[in-house]
Amino acid sequence: MYLHNQVIQGLRDRKRAALARAVTLVEDGSEHAQHILEEAYRLKGRSKIIGITGSPGVGKSTLVDSLIEAIRERGDSVGVIAVDPSSPFTGGAILGDRVRVRSRTTDDGVFFRSLASRGYLGGLSRNTGDVITLFDAFGFDYVLVETVGTGQSEVDIMRYAHSVLVVMAPGLGDDIQAIKAGILEIGDVFCVNKADRPDADRDVAVLEAMLGLNKDWQWRPPVVKTVASQGKGVPELLDKIDEHLGFLKQGNLLEERVSRSYLAALEANLRRQTVEHVLSKSRSDGSLDCALKQLSEGKTYPAALARQLVEKYLCSGV
Amino acid sequence: MDRKIRVLVGKPGLDGHDRGAKVIARSFRDAGMEVIYSGLHRTPEELARMAVEEDVDVVACSILSGAHNTLLPRVVECLKKEKGTDELDVLVLAGGIIPVEDVEFLKQNGVDEVFGPGTSTQDIVEYTRANLKR
Repeated sequence: MYLHNQVIQGLRDRKRAALARAVTLVEDGSEHAQHILEEAYRLKGRSKIIGITGSPGVGKSTLVDSLIEAIRERGDSVGVIAVDPSSPFTGGAILGDRVRVRSRTTDDGVFFRSLASRGYLGGLSRNTGDVITLFDAFGFDYVLVETVGTGQSEVDIMRYAHSVLVVMAPGLGDDIQAIKAGILEIGDVFCVNKADRPDADRDVAVLEAMLGLNKDWQWRPPVVKTVASQGKGVPELLDKIDEHLGFLKQGNLLEERVSRSYLAALEANLRRQTVEHVLSKSRSDGSLDCALKQLSEGKTYPAALARQLVEKYLCSGV
Repeated sequence: MDRKIRVLVGKPGLDGHDRGAKVIARSFRDAGMEVIYSGLHRTPEELARMAVEEDVDVVACSILSGAHNTLLPRVVECLKKEKGTDELDVLVLAGGIIPVEDVEFLKQNGVDEVFGPGTSTQDIVEYTRANLKR
């Protein structure tokens, strides 16, 4: 029996070792991955997919821990995908989310997987979209996706999540930060964590003021205060997330988000495949070396060369 | 295909000292591996579950409490139970304060290698690379 058939059978039988191995094969770009994903795309469509993002240190992992608790209290199952950065020098990584996510490790209704970003810069790993599909195919009620600690522009999560939770902590910025473009624009629900700190109310007010500038929300993102380390405010936060998902369903907006995630996955794969195709072709017939030589002699510039290579290897025969 | 070596650095039991665990985690990272750190005070059951979900190639336990003869065979036992097989595809390593006279017992009970104080991290990384089971 092929490895992928074994894994697919295991996924159907809801064996956690099979899901774990499927994630590895997808992340490593193994040749088995496409067969597994084909099946996963057939099985998926049940999970609520929640993205959790925010700056390093705001308490994302601790919040995930207490969200797991809140979800399990309701009797629902949950899969967690937690992404941490890879070293740009060695490719190694320390994945530390389990240090914070301490409870329910052996609960059969919970599955937790740490991923390394592997040089990918959008706040996720290159194949996180496919990993989410695997989790969905496994049939969890909720899939939580925790991004790497983000700065201001790692917004890839919005392409894959049904609902995006942006987590903040008091004292991390003034109101000019709040009106900048980027991460604050993608939140469906905002959470001011560590709300037992003195600045919390001020930060909530700043956020509310920023959100109030927009008068024609279809969905006005709510702001929820939490103290994740004590579980305070977390059931209320989960309610708000569910409310948002209900809103999407009612307005038939969920399909829009799902089709956005298909587009994102397609785009990511197209990029990778075309780049790999052009690079490997031009490397093997020597035109890459030739192009680099022209560049170093100052005879042309990168954008022009790229266009030439694309025309040569992608447009022929069309 | 870019096969990454994944390692779970585990702290089983009640000792609260994880400097060694962090040093070895860092060494695996610098060798290009992906390291999941369990955090302190984990049970063998928890470590085995983590090893399965994270699909690691290596489980490296750091233990300084003296309870290694109880905890480490239990980790191996739980791994076999979680994986549903006696033929583990995971390399099980141990490090910390473990007297030499206990090493044989641990090896008979499924621990692949034991690294005592003073072992160079380079040696551990090289051993790991050379002895992966899949």
